[in-house]
Amino acid sequence: MLEIKNLHARIAEDGTEIIRGLNLTVKAGEVAAIMGPNGSGKSTLSYVLSGREDYEVTEGDILYNGESILELDASERAAKGIFLAFQYPVEIPGVATMQFLKVAMNEQRKYRGEDELTTPEFMRRVKEAAAELKIAPEMLRRPLNVGFSGGEKKRAEILQMALLEPKLCVLDETDSGLDIDALKVVADGVNALRSPDRAVVVITHYQRLLDYIVPDTVHVLYKGQVIKSGDKTLAHELEAKGYADLIEAAA
Amino acid sequence: MNMQQAIKMTAAETALVDAYTAEIGDLPGDGAVLSLRDTLVHELRTAGLPTRRVESWHYTDLRTLLRAVPAADPSAFADRVDAVVPGSSVLPVRSGQADLKSLPNGVTARSYTESLIDGSAVAGLAVLGSDDAIGRINGGLVRGGLEIEIAEGAQLEAPLEIQVVQSHGQAHTRFPVSFGAGSKATVIERHLSTHAEPSFVSSVSDVTLAEGADVIWIIVQQQGAADTHLGQIRFNLGKDAKLHLFVINAGGKLVRQEIHGKASGEGADLTLRGINLLGGDSHTDVTFTLSHDVPHTTSSEIIRNVVFDRAKGVFQGKILVAKDAQKTDAKMACNTLLLSDDADLSAKPELEIFADDVQCGHGATVADIDHTQLFYMLARGIPEKKARGMLVNAFVAEIVEELEDDEELVEALEGIISAWLEKHA
Repeated sequence: MLEIKNLHARIAEDGTEIIRGLNLTVKAGEVAAIMGPNGSGKSTLSYVLSGREDYEVTEGDILYNGESILELDASERAAKGIFLAFQYPVEIPGVATMQFLKVAMNEQRKYRGEDELTTPEFMRRVKEAAAELKIAPEMLRRPLNVGFSGGEKKRAEILQMALLEPKLCVLDETDSGLDIDALKVVADGVNALRSPDRAVVVITHYQRLLDYIVPDTVHVLYKGQVIKSGDKTLAHELEAKGYADLIEAAA
Repeated sequence: MNMQQAIKMTAAETALVDAYTAEIGDLPGDGAVLSLRDTLVHELRTAGLPTRRVESWHYTDLRTLLRAVPAADPSAFADRVDAVVPGSSVLPVRSGQADLKSLPNGVTARSYTESLIDGSAVAGLAVLGSDDAIGRINGGLVRGGLEIEIAEGAQLEAPLEIQVVQSHGQAHTRFPVSFGAGSKATVIERHLSTHAEPSFVSSVSDVTLAEGADVIWIIVQQQGAADTHLGQIRFNLGKDAKLHLFVINAGGKLVRQEIHGKASGEGADLTLRGINLLGGDSHTDVTFTLSHDVPHTTSSEIIRNVVFDRAKGVFQGKILVAKDAQKTDAKMACNTLLLSDDADLSAKPELEIFADDVQCGHGATVADIDHTQLFYMLARGIPEKKARGMLVNAFVAEIVEELEDDEELVEALEGIISAWLEKHA
């Protein structure tokens, strides 16, 4: 589903190279965890995948279902089924959460040549998904993410993911700022979306989240490259020993 | 400067003086009113329109910017249009002439022309100061308008909409409106043009709130792309009076809206909200002064500007706190989205404080669309053009939503804003 080949990417503004020859393949149905110390390029990878313009790809390619997505802007990538759950969901005062959800769902449908949802159908879907994630209806009437607690913001991200039904989900440090109860709710939401035709990339600093979202593969990112790949036991190893040994071995 | 020494008049100044000369003998007024008109026009003739050297006109050099004034044409009115809020009582003013039909309970009104003829208008016709060009032009040329009284304790259920619809030519209107003690009302002062030919409009509202009156006053300016609009609202707030003043500029080529208020009763409160939607080659100036004259008065001002194309916006806000006005609480903010490289906004917030126990502050921001917000929306599959439109809309809609008690009003104002944005963005 996702094939990243010798990817090099830098910050557009100052030319600092962050991703330096990254290779990664994620198959449909797979949950892949990307781990790594601070500054290894984890968040940058998530932005480059979703098409943030602050980063430039200078070499290599990103194939999604066999096609390069480098020429697509962020909204086109999203409409094709790539979803980024933000580490820091953005507050948008003046845009009600409900309105945002409706516009996002319908714009994606338009892009794919599908009919817009009727209001009752939209309401039904939101109500159902919100109940699963224990999101109160009054939260949906508030401006998007404004005044939401850390946990509410992350649940709102997963709600959007559930409603937009992406094929490739990228979760950027979704566990940051969550207490254990909120973490479980969020993890349940992600697990509910696991399916044979969907891939999930979980970017995380800590192993904790991976106790709840158990990955099929684990990849260690360091200085913009994958320096080691393995199965879920690799995450436990890292938790016990830290990154130092791996980094030394790779150097 | 010797006021008697005539300047070389510009085309616009000549046109204004000519409009007066042509109508002499026809302009309504008793002896005192006519003599005051003469003085005002004489001042215009000798001092001219204000230039950038006049401090309060520094960013709007009216003498340079006002190139031409269309000739007055008594037939230049247009038919009334639908009210902003459905169910409002509409008071249309055609070519400066008021049309009074069914007024709601608790509201009395008469044509301002009558106040000019019987001379009761004369005190209100005085200018606010030597730089009061709007008061001067309007005082010289005003033909009509409405004098409205809201009875003590009256609670108006639907808004009153004063509607000045102009097709071309000139209109000079006045609206003295008094709100009785404990009354509650929403007034929409609407100026719009229905034709592409240029029109020149001056309008002065003079609003008094008695003790405990609770008023929402909304100025909706929707003039055409060739029009000049010179508006002024003066208000005086009595004890515990509450005014929510909302100004939406969504039209006009050259616009100046002045707001001059006094909080003269303890417990008086002003909420000023302004939305300026600016595009094309327009020049729009909102100039505000408020004096907190007595202790324990409060005010809050938020102006939001959205500037496209080569448009230029100006906001001047001055809050004066008198020596005795202790415990004044005043906060003023001016936030701007500049959406093109040629767009421009000048903001000049000022505080003049003579009391020592007050809480006053002001701030101004100018920014482009927030790129993090834009990326977030794109990452959800919303195309860039749509996302930008939503963010601009959100920037101004935020302050409309403060009127949440009146859903129909919020919806109507949001409708005006999104219609404008759809045309310009």
